[in-house]
Amino acid sequence: MADVRELRDLYQEVILEHSKKPRNYGVLESANHKAEGYNPLCGDHYTIFVTVKDGAISEIAFQGAGCAISKASASMMTQALKGKSTADAEALFTRFHDLVTGHGVAPDSLGKLAVFAGVSEYPLRVKCATLAWHAMRAALRGEQQAVSTE
Amino acid sequence: MSTVAKTPREIHAVHGGYDVYRIRKDFPVLQQQVHGKPLVYLDNAATTQKPLAVIEALEHYYRRDNSNIHRGVHTLSERATQAYEEARAAAQKFVNAADSREIIFLRGTTEAINLVAQTYGRKHVGAGDEVLITAMEHHSDIVPWQILCDEKGAQLRVAPINEHGELLLDEFEKLLSGRTKIVAVGHLSNALGTINPIKQIVRMAHARNIPVLVDGAQAAPRMKVDVQDLDCDFYAVSGHKMYAPTGIGFLYGKAKLLEAMPPWQGGGDMIASVTFDKTVYNRLPYKFEAGTPNIADTIGLGAAIEYLNQLGLEQIEEHEADLLAYATREIEKIPGVAIIGTAREKAGVLSFVMEDIHPHDIGTILDSEGIAVRTGHHCAQPVMQRYNIPATVRASFGLYNTREEVDALVRGIHKVREVLG
Repeated sequence: MADVRELRDLYQEVILEHSKKPRNYGVLESANHKAEGYNPLCGDHYTIFVTVKDGAISEIAFQGAGCAISKASASMMTQALKGKSTADAEALFTRFHDLVTGHGVAPDSLGKLAVFAGVSEYPLRVKCATLAWHAMRAALRGEQQAVSTE
Repeated sequence: MSTVAKTPREIHAVHGGYDVYRIRKDFPVLQQQVHGKPLVYLDNAATTQKPLAVIEALEHYYRRDNSNIHRGVHTLSERATQAYEEARAAAQKFVNAADSREIIFLRGTTEAINLVAQTYGRKHVGAGDEVLITAMEHHSDIVPWQILCDEKGAQLRVAPINEHGELLLDEFEKLLSGRTKIVAVGHLSNALGTINPIKQIVRMAHARNIPVLVDGAQAAPRMKVDVQDLDCDFYAVSGHKMYAPTGIGFLYGKAKLLEAMPPWQGGGDMIASVTFDKTVYNRLPYKFEAGTPNIADTIGLGAAIEYLNQLGLEQIEEHEADLLAYATREIEKIPGVAIIGTAREKAGVLSFVMEDIHPHDIGTILDSEGIAVRTGHHCAQPVMQRYNIPATVRASFGLYNTREEVDALVRGIHKVREVLG
């Protein structure tokens, strides 16, 4: 069969659930790192707030609007990163990126984030899944300009 | 062979000699499945599919006539030149220009507007002057004027629209002043489907001696355009939105204005004579067609115009009006769906949003059903800002779409709810 992609691989229950009830959603007043992710073509627009203490992410939150994929990705990212060192966060960024672009990373090694493996079948949606991640990395690196994945 | 009874819908569509089912056979692209479903192509405002007549005209040209034009005396050059100039005559008739010299072949609407901004605009717009556009313009009718205004220290003024997406004509007229040096307005909004009252706009502007440029990208394939009746000064058209190849379009301009304008790009074909001291520019329309033009696609545009003439613009307009009315009625019935752009005068374009569901998720799910729509801001970010939404889903109709395809779209929207809950 020429076309094997299944809508359910993209819109997994966990993803839909997070998009409807995002975790760690809102402004984090205590944040000492902050960055914006904006994809003007789709209109997805998020701000990521991070509090870094002793080289580790003690608090992380996000706020904004966008499609189900981008919102769920932001929500699950905040869960995955809380308590991680900034170096681990950077490493997870790379593995998540490899996962959604289909670059041979074992989905299981990403824990709950493995539900995003289906994105690799939808090249046009990679930018949605990675927007919050790019914003997070920009926040950690102290970049001032809004990032875009378009 | 058995005869198949026509369904009531088919009889409806064939009524008046417009047989959409026969017409569909002219478009090879439509004869395919996407994700195992028949392709339902509803992204015609982005670009249209090409009929065999156009595809074959390109092939014929490259197989038999390919040659440079306006130069050689050999047979192939003669044929190519003739076909190229026949396309100009076809374009002239298509918009009812008074003279074929008033048709300048360019890459499309964007290039046409840039040409006017950079020639007429640079000559006539100065510090403190104003350019007036509307709040529903496509980026291609905003940015060229911003570039001009930045360069000249002029101001871009924007006439507002109401909640339905209609231009507020009173407000528009109030913005016309002695400082206004040109008005630029879309004939048919690509994001909202609104048809603007061009004749009234032109009358108001001309009463103050202000010329009017009309962006005709969406209108040209959807209604009979008569530039003399509209009395506009410039009219810009994109071929690829009217069933012709990409990379070709034209600018209509009143000869008197075009003649007084400085050239835009310099090069071959746009000159009468060149010495190192002085160059004499060629006459219209060649003054604005520097370099070897896009010959093949211009001939393709000529073929597309001939195809549209055969079907009849009035019939196409009527067919698309029926589709839009039917789609509006059916989509309005779906709970949680809001149509963006509800002007009284509308054509071809149906933009909508769904409660709690982002247009991109809708687009992906519709695609899984073989339905091609556009999602995003449609190169009209100020329109999205006006409605305070990031994006819409846009279904846009072409001469080959059917009511059955509208039904497929409606089923697709129900599936979106099913998948995303």
